Amino acid sequence: MNFINTLLPTPARSLLLFVVWLLLNNSVAPIHLIVAAVLAVLIPQLTAPFRDPQPPIRRWGLALRYIGRVLLDIVLANLQVIKLVLGPNKNLRPGFVLVPLAITEALPLTILAGTVSLTPGTVSAEILPYQLHENSAKPKFLLLHVLDLQNEAELIASIKQRYEQPLKEIFQC
Amino acid sequence: MTWLEWIIALLVIAGTLFVLLGSVALIKLPDFYTRLHGPTKATTLGLGSLVLASMVFFNFIEQQLNLQQLLIALFLFISAPVTAYMLIKAGLHQKLAPTAGTQQQELMKQRDKLAKGE
Repeated sequence: MNFINTLLPTPARSLLLFVVWLLLNNSVAPIHLIVAAVLAVLIPQLTAPFRDPQPPIRRWGLALRYIGRVLLDIVLANLQVIKLVLGPNKNLRPGFVLVPLAITEALPLTILAGTVSLTPGTVSAEILPYQLHENSAKPKFLLLHVLDLQNEAELIASIKQRYEQPLKEIFQC
Repeated sequence: MTWLEWIIALLVIAGTLFVLLGSVALIKLPDFYTRLHGPTKATTLGLGSLVLASMVFFNFIEQQLNLQQLLIALFLFISAPVTAYMLIKAGLHQKLAPTAGTQQQELMKQRDKLAKGE
């Protein structure tokens, strides 16, 4: 068991690399299987020193539902943005919004910022305060740019309830 | 035309339209910050539709298992928000002026303080 732990420090990542390599080559010929296996062992070994520990996904069912919801929201977001883009510019009400954060871990926060960028009318601008070194203050706010800002409180509440709350539960942080 | 071909045609047309509209947004909108919205969203969905069309074509019509497109979609969905984030951060750092009528512009000034954790 110890031997396996040293050989594959991050089994999930190794599996991902293995699958991605086979997908890239679009083949399961023995030579590709061998190269994929070598890469799946070597790359995690080489990159291990750069890794920051991240919270693991604790609730997979919820994570899958989250992906489905985000894909649906991307389609809705596009219809909305297209409506705004095709209309006259003077109808736009752009604005900045500061969203107070409840999660502080890097991985869930990255996913949250990415989701917000891909969904209705909002783009993540900055996570404040800056995380320059390990002892920086914890992230407190997410600064957003909104294409058509109507009701700030409603927008913040919907982001917190629709995206932040599920992420909190998925990572249990 | 079979119904599969109809689906592919629809996906290709929808995808092209979304990519085109994303580019229109890039030209038409008034300032740097609003312009970012087009390419991050519309172009992602447009390319997503094209990738889906390609997947349906190769897997069902050409009858060969072909999943590379999944990787393209995956990389796209990871890289688009990161690119947008880097661009808008650079814009804020350069203090690019937002268009007149942008709400809560004072947040652009406050962010220097917030960035230091005050």
